[in-house]
Formats: sequence, structure tokens, C-alpha cells
Amino acid sequence: MSRLTDAHVTLAKEIIGRYPRPKSALVPLLHLAQEQDGYITRDAMVHIGQLVGVTSAEVYGTATFYEMFKFEPVGKYVVNICGTMSCALMGSEELMHHAEKRLGIKAGGTTADGMFTLEHAECQAACTEAPCLQVNYRYRYRLTPADLDQLIDDLSSERLTHEIPPHGTVAKVRQHIPPHLGVGAVEPELVTESPVWLDSKAAL
Amino acid sequence: MSTTESNIEPASQLDPNVVSMTINGKAVLARKGEWIIAAADRTEDFIPRFCYHPRMESVGVCRQCLVEVEGPRGPMMVVSCMTPVAQGQVVRTDTDIVKRAQEGMIELLLANHPLDCPVCDKGGECPLQDQAFSHGPGESRYIEEKRHYEKPIPISGLVFLDRERCILCDRCTRFADEVAGDPLITFIHRGNNTQVMTFPDEPFASYFSGNTVQICPVGALTAEPYRFKARPWDLQQQESTCTTCSVGCRTVVQSSRNEILRYQGVDSDPVNWGWLCDRGRFNFQSTNSQNRLATPLIKSDDGLKPASWTAALDETARALRHAQPGSIAILGGARGTNEDAWAWAQLADVLGVEMRDAQLDDGLPAEIFGYPGATIDDACSAATVILLAPDLKEELPVLYLRLRGAAEKKKIRIIEIATHDSGLTRYAWKSIMHEPGNQVQTVQDVLSAPEIKEQLGRGRVVLVAGRSNLAELAHNTMAAVDSIVTTVAQVSVLPVLRRGNVRGALSLGLAPRASNDAAAILEAAANGKIDCLILLGADPLSDVPDADLARRGVAGARFIIAIDTFLTNSSAHADIVLPAAAYGEKDGTTTNLEGRVTDVVQSITPHATSRPDWMMAAELATLLGNDLGILTLQDIQARISQTVVGFDGLSVSVAVRKNGVLISVPPVSPLQVHHEAVTKRNSYEYRLVVARKLYDEAVATAMSQSLSALATGAGVYVHPLDLERIGAKDGSSVRISSTGRSVVLPVYASMSVTRGTAFAPFNQKGVDIRELLQATDGVTDVQIANIS
Ligand code: SF4
Ligand code: SF4
Ligand code: FES
Ligand code: FES
Repeated sequence: MSRLTDAHVTLAKEIIGRYPRPKSALVPLLHLAQEQDGYITRDAMVHIGQLVGVTSAEVYGTATFYEMFKFEPVGKYVVNICGTMSCALMGSEELMHHAEKRLGIKAGGTTADGMFTLEHAECQAACTEAPCLQVNYRYRYRLTPADLDQLIDDLSSERLTHEIPPHGTVAKVRQHIPPHLGVGAVEPELVTESPVWLDSKAAL
Repeated sequence: MSTTESNIEPASQLDPNVVSMTINGKAVLARKGEWIIAAADRTEDFIPRFCYHPRMESVGVCRQCLVEVEGPRGPMMVVSCMTPVAQGQVVRTDTDIVKRAQEGMIELLLANHPLDCPVCDKGGECPLQDQAFSHGPGESRYIEEKRHYEKPIPISGLVFLDRERCILCDRCTRFADEVAGDPLITFIHRGNNTQVMTFPDEPFASYFSGNTVQICPVGALTAEPYRFKARPWDLQQQESTCTTCSVGCRTVVQSSRNEILRYQGVDSDPVNWGWLCDRGRFNFQSTNSQNRLATPLIKSDDGLKPASWTAALDETARALRHAQPGSIAILGGARGTNEDAWAWAQLADVLGVEMRDAQLDDGLPAEIFGYPGATIDDACSAATVILLAPDLKEELPVLYLRLRGAAEKKKIRIIEIATHDSGLTRYAWKSIMHEPGNQVQTVQDVLSAPEIKEQLGRGRVVLVAGRSNLAELAHNTMAAVDSIVTTVAQVSVLPVLRRGNVRGALSLGLAPRASNDAAAILEAAANGKIDCLILLGADPLSDVPDADLARRGVAGARFIIAIDTFLTNSSAHADIVLPAAAYGEKDGTTTNLEGRVTDVVQSITPHATSRPDWMMAAELATLLGNDLGILTLQDIQARISQTVVGFDGLSVSVAVRKNGVLISVPPVSPLQVHHEAVTKRNSYEYRLVVARKLYDEAVATAMSQSLSALATGAGVYVHPLDLERIGAKDGSSVRISSTGRSVVLPVYASMSVTRGTAFAPFNQKGVDIRELLQATDGVTDVQIANIS
């Protein structure tokens, strides 16, 4: 089970530097760990705790608060089918049954080849496009069972890799904030000036 | 549940810090900034609560404490545990709306609560049970299946968690984070799935874990030593004082059918604020141990044999009578009560004993009490605290809690001068590490730094002083203390000698005379000059840092009389062993590190034929024809208050008061310290630091089943870079040698050890590091060689 790689530690340090207190960087670092391994490993939580100066238990407490963090291996593609009101009215239940049959797993399960995890989700705020789903948190709208088959075929044959990175990658483009534009590691009560980025916005 | 005593006096309306308000129509005075619930706690009107605890920050999560407060738009519901009092505030705790809210909250809490009260340890003393009766609706509308979790899971070797019973009040997790500084349990998941949990496979290994069991308002947390042992209504209880270390936390001792079953913390405002450490809380198990001494033992050709008290006392008196003048010595006395120490000191006077020492060359000279003294409260409210002390988290745990809390709240700034990182290092404003032996130089450098000078000028300074390293002379510390006291203005000293009643014993006549301290006594014994060595609860073979000296001393003493609760390493060598009553088996008073006298109370009858130390002294004196004139404890207390300076006017009726009484310390002229520069360390060697951990082979810990496994075991710790230099792997064996002696121990890397030094915990199971220590060495330098 893996700790963060050296490259990711460098990145983690940059991220920590953006916040007034190291532990504020917990959630972005958890995303980094999930990007690295597809889920959050026990060792990664220990490592992150060491990097930001909190106990492993505190990392665990924060991480488990969020549904998007997984603590066991999941498929390369996590498919969340919305089942809340609008989508339910527009046929999401049928969609879920179809997906379960097609993938041969129940909601919550992962296919034996490790490609797909199927999940039931609450409203994804795309009710006008019901029924909808997300693959690794990328939307697909107004799906019919046939659309779903097509989507699974495309994903299985890696035709959508440009659009949908493997589970855990939040964004393909990494944001780098040069230190002089960051708030810097200053305790909140000691900050007297507004941050540079805010002042620079005023000029626009 | 303990509550805080108020220290608000009825104040004038003009005091800007006092507000007047009404609660249920009755006028109440409150301190500005105080919560409504705290003000109400001084009235007859009880507000139900689960999450509120007077010694922790309010979080307002349980919503049980809702009250109505009059506002501009009529009455409004607020949580009384997070709403501050205000001038003219009108609070009602008894309206129909409040009652509905209280009933609603209880109904919600009980929806998922298993209601397994008949098999729950908390039943009978459970705030949820009690408040469901007093403030609940009486029945539930919830008929669905309740939430289920695996029944109790161990979250450490001492604490079990039953998540079905947990009401998520955040007390245990807040305690762990806010008070103990060990956030090893937290809430995980969210909403209906929220639960208290540790990190997977990482136990809640906090020295203070037992407190969470005490403050949990339901039976979700239970302590292994008490599970299914008793029902609260069957317990007898007496308020007393913990004498495991010299903090002197107030406790209540609970027993049933003549067996001690539990200690609970009592909130003493100047001392422990309701908290106990786990060692103090759970070592009652040793009192109940099967290994306790039952009868006197007399040595015969085939070892120690049981004897009657008459025979044993006669034999003891005979040995004392036949000893050459000046050849009797007494070691120990710090584990008993004030009365025990005084009675033995009287006997010593009668016998003309010059050689006596309540310490075992492991503390500081009694002259440390001669400096202007400070209390724990003084330290927690000073501008600056200078630590020149052992790791308080390991040796005086609840003092650590108090200082940590004050530093976290930014009330004090801590300047730590130490040889390795301690529990308080992360809370220190400045932490200066030095090599053992260099403290005087380091202190002088620190005190002359402009930044430090400025800080020290900001107000009162308290110096917390104790023996931080058993592998060097106590003198090094005394010289540094002296240097601070003579340089810094407005400084007072909080002496942190560890053993339970060491201050009482030293103050009541068991302090060394001239330079006849424990080391000198053992040296005299080794040279055949001691006819009779009395071990008063002392175990020099385990506790004197210089193992060789202790061995030679015990071997050289012609006759040894041991007064003890167990057959220890040393008492096993005695000619006569007298079984002593243990803590909880006798009444008396004790003196804590501040000089605070409080009472200790008898809860059960002494084990088998054992009896209090003072009785033995009194009987021996009579047998020797020198009746001390004491028949009862009260006789002793009267004599102490009449004759001992500092204890004057102190009678037990005053001392029993929960916060105790501070002894007035007669000004003693402090030790004349002349400091000799310590030799430089050869760069191939490591300078040794030997200090105590909370859990060690001390008899009360080792004889308590639930604590004995917690000791770390023997080993030596070095900085990771030094480990590399030695060429050893973490956990492998190394040979540690010094002037011809050597021991083999496992070595471990530790970032908290300074480079060039090596740290070894004292009195642990395994190879004994004390083999390398010599009482006369200023410091101990060792070579470490990889042998694997
Ligand atoms: S275990 Fe007890 S103290 Fe901890 S949150 Fe649950 S009810 Fe509160
Ligand atoms: S800190 Fe000392 S006095 Fe307090 S409970 Fe622990 S051992 Fe007992
Ligand atoms: S109900 Fe499915 S997106 Fe809102
Ligand atoms: S006691 Fe006030 S909300 Fe819990």
C-alpha cells in the first residue's frame, strides 16, 4: 500500500504552501492520493498526516466525511447513476437495472476485470437533463439503456480516455499557483492585507 | 460527572465583570462571558445536558440544554451551553416549549439507543438514563429496527467502545484533542453513519484514555478493569487523593465487598480539574493482587518464612537494639502517608539515626524546597514557565495536562531547557536542547538572549525544576536552578520530585542529614558500616540509578528490615519483611509537589495481616522502651501540627477539605552549589540520558494486569543519523559500554533524541541500563557498537 510518490510529495508541499495552516491542505492532498492509487490507501493517510502535522485518525475522520473518497479499490470507471426524484421519474431505475445486467454486478459492486464500479447516487443537480449519470464525476445526460450500452462499450475500449481520466483524477490540467500569488503560510489572525489575487482583480 | 465549584462571590452591581440576570424569575449574578448553563448550575434549576462539560469548550451538539431567553421579538430557544449571560437577561428553563424540546431530544436520542441498561455498566449512574426519566417523554413513537453495530470493540487495551450506545456528544473526542492533545479518536463518516473510531489498527494509546470513560454520558465507553465488576448502587465511595505520583490528583475510591473496583477523578480546582492519568486510575488492581505480602517473614536457613507479628517485631527490635551506635540507616518513606513518615522519623530520632533519605538518589536534594515556592495555578498563570524538568507527560501526567492547556490557551509561554524532546516540546514557545551536563552554560546563554530577557520581563516567572536525567549528577540541575533563581527577577520554583509523598516525607523528618544521602548510605553499607538497613517501602535494587552501588549496599548491610506491600527485588534480600497496608487500606494525609496537604482515606481493610507503617514504628519504639506516645492517627496529626514548622495549625479536619491546605514553607537556606565544568564528550561517544516512562516495572504498575503490558521494554534510542553512523538497523542489538561495563540492548531511531546523545528508559523489562551508571559520575558517556 503506497505512500505518496516523491513527485507527489513535491506537489503536496506546494499545495500545503498555499494555505495559512498546513492541515487546511488535507482535502486536496487526499485527492492527490486518490489520483495516485485510484483510492485512498491506509499508508497514504498516514503519510498525509505526517505531511500536514495531524494524527492518522484525524486524516481518517476528515476523509470518511466525503463520499467521493474511496477506501477500497474501485473500478477504473466509477459510474454513479442518479436515483433522486427527477431522474427516478424519467427512468433511472430502469437504467440501473440495465447497468446491473450489462455489467453483471449489483449497485455498489465492481466488475471482476476492475474496469467498472456501479453506484447509486443522490441528485447530481442536473435534474433538467434527467435521467443522468456521472462517470468519474463527468456527466452524461438523458440516457436511454442503449446510450448506456454505448457508453460502456466506449469506456471498455478506451475510446473516451481523452475526456474521462481514470478514477481519482480530479482535473487533467494541474493548477500551479506561483508562491507570490498565494496567501502564504500566515496564520489567519496575522493577515492584515487582502491577498494579492484579490487586489489584482480590483484592477480589472 | 464532576462539576466545577463556582468561585464567584456575590459582587457589587458596579463590578463591570458581573452581570445580573434572572433564571425562572429568580435573580442570579454571573460572570461576564460565562455560559447560561454554568450560571444556572449555581441555582436550583437544573438544565439537562449531554455534551456540555465545564472543563472543555462548548460545542452545542446534543441540543438537550435548550432554554428560552427573552428577546426583542419575544422568547427565543437557545442552547444554554453556548449562549453567554448578559445584563438583564431573562432565562426560563421550565416553560412548556422548553419541556417539549427536551422531550423531543430525548426521544430522538433513544430512537437508535439499544436500551440495554440491564447489562450496561453505566446503568445506575448514566446521564442518559437519568435524564430520560427526569426530562424524557416516557415513551417512544419509534417502532422501526434500530441501527446495529458490532457490540463493544476494543479501541485500546484499556477502553471498549459500544457504538450502538454512543449518542455522539463529542465529549471523548473533544477530550482527546483538546485536553489530552492525543487526537487518536475522531468522528468518522457522516450523518446517520457517524461513529467514534480510531485509525484502523491504531489503538487509542493515550495516557489519559480512562477520562473518556468517566465523562462519556452513556455506556458507550467502558474501561476493561471495571467492566461487569459492580453496579454503581452497590459501590461504597470515599473521596481521597492519588499518591501514585506527587501531583496528588483528587479521586473517589469506589469499593464493594472489601475490594477496590474503581477510581474516578474529582474536580479539584487548584490541582487536577477532574482528570486522572491511566496509571493512577487503574493501578488499584495491584492492591487486590494475589502477590501481596500477607504475613511478616523472617529469614531462616531455607529462605524467608512466614512468622507472627509478635515474633517479627521482637526480632526487629532485637536487631535495632544490637546495632552499633550510628550504624542504622533508613531508606524510603515517600510512598506512605505524612503520618507514616513522621512516625518513622520519630523512631529514627529515638534510635539516633543520622542516615536517612526518603529518595533513592533519583531526585533532587531537599534544599530545592528552600526557594520561593510556586503552585500549579501559579505556573499556569505566570507570564513565563521555564522547564528544567523531566518529561512531565511521563512522570507527572496531570501536571502536563494543566501546563499544556495553559500554553494552548496562550496564557503562558514555556521555555524548555532539556536534553531531548518531551511531551511539552510542541507546546513550548522556545525549546532549547543541550547535552547532559551543560545545563548551567545553556541556562546562562539562554538567559542572556535579548528575546528571552524581554519575555522574562513580562511578568511572573515559574521555574519547574526536577531531575531530568538519572545518568548524571543531580548537582548539575541544582546548579542550573540556582543560576536561574539568582538571575531572573520575580521567579518562584515548582519542584517536581516524582514519588507520591516525597515532599511530605522530606519535610517530616526523612530528609538526609549533612551529606548522608541515599548514595552515601549505600556506600557506607557496602563498606560494612551499616548494621541495620531499614527499607521503608524502598527498593534500591530497582530504583537506585547506580545498580552496582545498590547491589554492594544491599549485600554489605548486616541486617535488612523491609517494610513493603510486595516482595520486591530488595525486600527479597531482607532478614525481616513486614507487610504494609497499601493505598486505600489506611487513613492519613499526603503532601503533593506544591506542598498541598490533602487526605487519603481507608476504603477497605488492609490485606491479610498487613498494617500501616506508622503503627509498626510506634510498636517498635515501645518495644525499645521509648514510647512515642502515639496510639492513633489523630495523636500523630496533633503532634505534627504542634511540632513541625510549616505544618503548624494544620489539623486533619482542615486538610480533608477537598482542595487541601498548602503548608507554609519555612525559609531554608538553599544548597551552596559550586559548579564544576563537565568534561567534554569524546565525539565517538554518546552522552546518556536515562529517564522514566509512565509505564515501567514499578511495583504498582507491574502488579496491575491492565497496565503491566503497556511498558515499552528496555532499549536505547538515538537520532536516525546516529543510528546510521552506528551502522545498526532499527530494532537490532547494540553493545553499549562505558568504563569497562557493557550491556546489550535493542536500538531504535527516534527524532526526539538530540544528536550525540542516547536515551534509555529507566526500570524497564529486559537488560538493565543501570549497569552503566555510577553515582559519582558527573555525566555518563557510552560507546555504542553494532553487533548484529
Ligand atoms: S462515546 Fe460517549 S463520550 Fe464519545 S461521543 Fe459517544 S456518547 Fe459521547
Ligand atoms: S498524575 Fe499522578 S497523582 Fe494524578 S492520577 Fe496520575 S499518578 Fe495519580
Ligand atoms: S434528480 Fe437526478 S440530477 Fe437531480
Ligand atoms: S449541552 Fe448544550 S447542546 Fe449539548
